[in-house]
Amino acid sequence: MSELTSRDLIIQATYFVASILFILGLRSLTKPTQARLGMQQAAFGMLFAVIGTLLNAHILSYQWIMIGLIVGTIIGYPMAMKVAMTSMPQFVAFSHAFGAIAATIVGVVEYRHMHTIDAMGNMPGMSRGVAAAIGFEVLFGALTVTGSFMAFGKLQELITGRPITFRGQNAFNITLIAAAFVSLGVLIYNPDTTWAFYTLVSLGLFLGVSMVLPIGGGDMPVVISLLNSYAGLAASATGFAIGNNVLIIAGALEGAGGFILSLIMSKAMNRSFANIVFGAFGSAPAASTKAGGPTKEAKTITAEDAATQLAYAGSVVIIPGYGMAVAQAQHTCRELHELIQKKGGKVTYAIHPVAGRMPGHLNVILSEAGIDYGALLTDVDDANRVLASADVAVIVGANDIVNPDAEEDKSSPLYGMPIFRPWTAKTVFVVKRGKGTGFSGVENPLFTKDNALMIYGDAKGVLGNLVKEIKALDEGH
Amino acid sequence: MLQIFQLYVFVLAGFVGFIVIQRVPPLLHTPLMSATNAISGISLVGAIVAAGGQYGTVSTILGFVAVVCATTNVVAGFLITDRMLAMFKGQKPATAKAAAEKAAAEKAAQAGAGK
Repeated sequence: MSELTSRDLIIQATYFVASILFILGLRSLTKPTQARLGMQQAAFGMLFAVIGTLLNAHILSYQWIMIGLIVGTIIGYPMAMKVAMTSMPQFVAFSHAFGAIAATIVGVVEYRHMHTIDAMGNMPGMSRGVAAAIGFEVLFGALTVTGSFMAFGKLQELITGRPITFRGQNAFNITLIAAAFVSLGVLIYNPDTTWAFYTLVSLGLFLGVSMVLPIGGGDMPVVISLLNSYAGLAASATGFAIGNNVLIIAGALEGAGGFILSLIMSKAMNRSFANIVFGAFGSAPAASTKAGGPTKEAKTITAEDAATQLAYAGSVVIIPGYGMAVAQAQHTCRELHELIQKKGGKVTYAIHPVAGRMPGHLNVILSEAGIDYGALLTDVDDANRVLASADVAVIVGANDIVNPDAEEDKSSPLYGMPIFRPWTAKTVFVVKRGKGTGFSGVENPLFTKDNALMIYGDAKGVLGNLVKEIKALDEGH
Repeated sequence: MLQIFQLYVFVLAGFVGFIVIQRVPPLLHTPLMSATNAISGISLVGAIVAAGGQYGTVSTILGFVAVVCATTNVVAGFLITDRMLAMFKGQKPATAKAAAEKAAAEKAAQAGAGK
């Protein structure tokens, strides 16, 4: 290392402070009451790091930097303030893509810079170590860019949410991955092989598309977590390539976070982690249509009767799924919650790790509606204990996470997935759009259980009717 | 040699991240993801050097784009994390009514902005 000037020391000090604040910020997320302050401090850490960087002696012109910072803020601020909590997965996917674009570009600029002949007729070149780092950077970066845009498109329903598959898809993907590793090998062997570098960038872009294409909407929590991890690895590799520790640390933190979330999601879906890493989960198991057997017809209940039961229930557990988010029913749900509470009933929510389109999605949506997070049960076993003694379980827009086949039918693709047991409550109301199956395409025998009653309709409309009927009950008596 | 040190930093930071993040409750998994995403927008630091280093016109343009993207990532990431965490902060039964009113106001504002 060359001698550090006092300017370098100041820069390094800002990076050091930033790194510490980042870690403390993430630690604060272990306690909901401290989280906000901790993350605000982390944001200040980021500000320090940016100011420190502006002192960098390599920066000769500030014009484009300033314009860039301003434009970025103008784009980012309204986006973050306006986005609805239900659109959080799209938003995060978009944000991943933007971060990854930056990481990829930094890699390209650095590579170009190191392979430009300067005024003296010299070319700086780069060591194999740096070439490896920059190779990983652009591969993960490019993959995250297109992968995140694809995920965004699917979540926003610009592209169909159903898996898009074609024959030889796996072979195609494996070829792409193999080609990427070959290019990476060539680049590390001889860092001056320009074609290998740009091939790596293009292969990364292709891989992102081809890996997300075959994935259905229900698997999005895993994909988003995985992209989160890749975005972190790209940032970390950037740190290796330009020799910046704060980038390495921040990237490693995101990489670890995404990795942990992927693990939790895969466990909650009962899929092996290897299955997820290699993207094979795209080839979702074909719906097992149980041949034969008399199918019982599901019973229905009117909103009026359901309202009466809810009004006199001592304990109600609501199990929300993505259907609640789609229908924007969270505010109506809070109204219902408050009415039942006023009548003396206790309302809790059973929230499955994979409910929604990203980890923790439903928690955010319900909190947005002003529901106290103390009422949210996020542990499957805890929730099942509460369900067992509940008077009424209300399932709103959820399907696979309450499918008893996961425990009872070994041939079911859902078998082994940890699920809620709403049928252990006295009565189960199922608010459902229509008679279709869930995302996995699996029939749900819960609906034909003796204590299960269906209320068909849009989640918001049905909950609204229940609210109306409970209010009418008051007026009637 | 330098890269060995970097590898130390990476592995140790990864461990710290793993240990810390594992304790984040599922309740806050969405803010966790947006928070780590905002933090890794630190690529902005690299983008700034690329945009200001005067490595040639193409590099400056690319660097500028990188600064815009990274800044968007950072600003939007931290703001949305803050918005979400504000909803989880200090909600006690006593203030449930105030929270409900706030939510209703926000809903009205959102409906207004959306249409």
